Amino acid sequence: MNNVSNESNSNFELKEFINQNYKYGFQTYIEKEIFPKGLNENIIKVLSKKKNEPKFLRRFRLNSYKKWKYMKFPKWSNLSIPQVDFNEIIYYSIPKQKKEINSLDEVDPEILKTFEKLGISLSEQKKLSNVAVDAVFDSISIATTYKEKLAKSGVIFCSISEAIQHYPKLIEKFLGMVVSSGDNFFASLNSAVFSDGSFCYIPKNTLCPLELSTYFRINDKDAGQFERTLIIAEKNSFVSYLEGCTAPQYDENQLHAAVVELIAFENATIKYSTIQNWYSGNYEGIGGIFNFVTKRALCIGEKSLVSWTQVETGSAITWKYPSCILVGNSSSGEFYSIALTNNYQQADTGTKMLHLGQKSKSKIISKGISCKYSKNSYRGLVKIGQNALYSRNFSQCDSFLVGSFSVACTYPYLDIWNSSSIVEHEAKISKISEEQLFYLTQRGITVEQAISLLINGFCKDVLTMLPMEFAIEADKLLSLKLEGTIG
Amino acid sequence: MNTNILKIQNLDASIEKKQILKNFNLEIKENEIHVIMGPNGSGKSTFSKILAGHPSYSVNSGTIEFCNKNLLSMAPEIRSHEGLFLAFQYPLEISGLSNYDFLRLAYNEKQKYFKEKELDPLEFMELAQELLKELKIKDEFLTRNLNEGFSGGEKKRNEILQMLLICPKLIILDEIDSGLDIDALKIICENIIKKKVKNSSLIVITHYPRILKYLEPTYIHIMIDGKLIKRGNSELIEELELKGYEAFN
Repeated sequence: MNNVSNESNSNFELKEFINQNYKYGFQTYIEKEIFPKGLNENIIKVLSKKKNEPKFLRRFRLNSYKKWKYMKFPKWSNLSIPQVDFNEIIYYSIPKQKKEINSLDEVDPEILKTFEKLGISLSEQKKLSNVAVDAVFDSISIATTYKEKLAKSGVIFCSISEAIQHYPKLIEKFLGMVVSSGDNFFASLNSAVFSDGSFCYIPKNTLCPLELSTYFRINDKDAGQFERTLIIAEKNSFVSYLEGCTAPQYDENQLHAAVVELIAFENATIKYSTIQNWYSGNYEGIGGIFNFVTKRALCIGEKSLVSWTQVETGSAITWKYPSCILVGNSSSGEFYSIALTNNYQQADTGTKMLHLGQKSKSKIISKGISCKYSKNSYRGLVKIGQNALYSRNFSQCDSFLVGSFSVACTYPYLDIWNSSSIVEHEAKISKISEEQLFYLTQRGITVEQAISLLINGFCKDVLTMLPMEFAIEADKLLSLKLEGTIG
Repeated sequence: MNTNILKIQNLDASIEKKQILKNFNLEIKENEIHVIMGPNGSGKSTFSKILAGHPSYSVNSGTIEFCNKNLLSMAPEIRSHEGLFLAFQYPLEISGLSNYDFLRLAYNEKQKYFKEKELDPLEFMELAQELLKELKIKDEFLTRNLNEGFSGGEKKRNEILQMLLICPKLIILDEIDSGLDIDALKIICENIIKKKVKNSSLIVITHYPRILKYLEPTYIHIMIDGKLIKRGNSELIEELELKGYEAFN
């Protein structure tokens, strides 16, 4: 036998075993009620009226819109963003339904089926046993489970639209407190047109008895989703909250511009986790969600703690910096992040930790994985103010490259204004090594498994921060996303 | 007559057009121990990688039969399942992967391949602890990350642990003696010989004859320039120690 090529070679080569289809890429066909495309004062007035909002909110929206009109699309990130025509977007799209929905039976069964398919069951019999879910479909919240059970312990968990109706005082007091209406281009846009999202209020001395979670689904091809979430944790309270996101597979790009505000009072803890799996575009980079998100927490009370954990695997473009303003003495902020980009995805993500209170602490662990032609940047600011004496920060930013064309960048900014504080920064960049793969395959482990083990090992510190129920989910998601990335 | 484990005929292999193995021939039968010695750069380690299916090397001509099957058509993990085990000279470190999870996965993958029972974490713990005792390794070995921060000796012991777990038919020890002190070498060699899976064969690649004290080689080969140029028994060692590799060139 002459000229035999070592056939096993093919196993390591760029194995395009049909780039696993995006599992959540289906579309739901429903009758919908939409606003005409485009944005102007009139649209905002109609939106506010439609939602029967109090005056203060209408003013808030219109003010935000005025500010936004004079703002420019931010260009400082390491992203190439195609021109977005804000007049080609539909700002409000909801499934057609009866005016008031009093029980789940009145919800369009197609929508319930959609969530069912996504693994989120809203019906009483099948709902998750220890997680309360708020399900948002395009511009509206469909249902929130376990509301009564939560109410017994004083916890309010509902859609923000509902909160505006039932708890306008809380909304007026806290909305825009952490992210002002003029904060940045996308935050202002969101403040003008936000449609739905979740509201959580944890009263004093309360341990929220369930995991809270919101599931965001974009369905409409031309509509943007403007999520607004507000979480308030009063003195000595604790809450763990998780959001998940998916969208159908379209050749066009959809916009998701969210604002999330967290407020933690004395000795309160908020754990906020995200598993972001928006449609990321196809292998040529066509389609996918533009994800421009402003997430910020105010640790206003002494010893308050906010912990952000994010697993970002979807979206064509991710622009997102969950941050903490550490006002309270001995308050803490944490940021744990895994950002995986594949094909032509781009991510520019990181955090800002602003230390104002004394002895405030922050910890940043960021793991970026770039595959194929994708671009993955970590951008972070640690600022320690003059009066934030004896503060501490630890940052670790690791990047992992798969294939020869992917890009990883790290932009850490440190701005320290006193000498009693300690700041540590570590960064590491590694590549999947052929020798590691060979070692594992020699022990009978397939290349796909081996890659997934290596990536998982790389992300372990962050995965362990997720609530149990979702850690396994995230783990699976990473493996799925990695299929077909071997180069 | 003993059955054939490995039969290599006229093997030519290269990396990036540089020829490594030339007209390489070797036959190994059940229970035999073959020692391959040779100067640096003679292609000993490369030979072991080619057997295990390292993707960087290409086989240009020749055949390899492994237990009467065509080895060259098998992916590396299949070669492993079929019973080929390579103990690495420099075992790789993998952070975030616990030794225990790794060992169990490696074990279960083989079980799955042969449609045998896979072990759950508790069952596997029993099996692993038994082997640890034999190798005189502490339990905490299992909870550490795979080879991460292991000393040279610990890494080699971990290789042997994997070997005992997988029960291969053909074991290739690539410079197992490097990085080991004499006591550790003795434990490992005695374990290899004593615990060696029934009817398995050994290829021992080494620079130093000291390991041969603990093994009883069937044959000793001298490899120079990608070829096995001489085959002999322990007398060959004496000759080698006296004259060096130069004499065989």
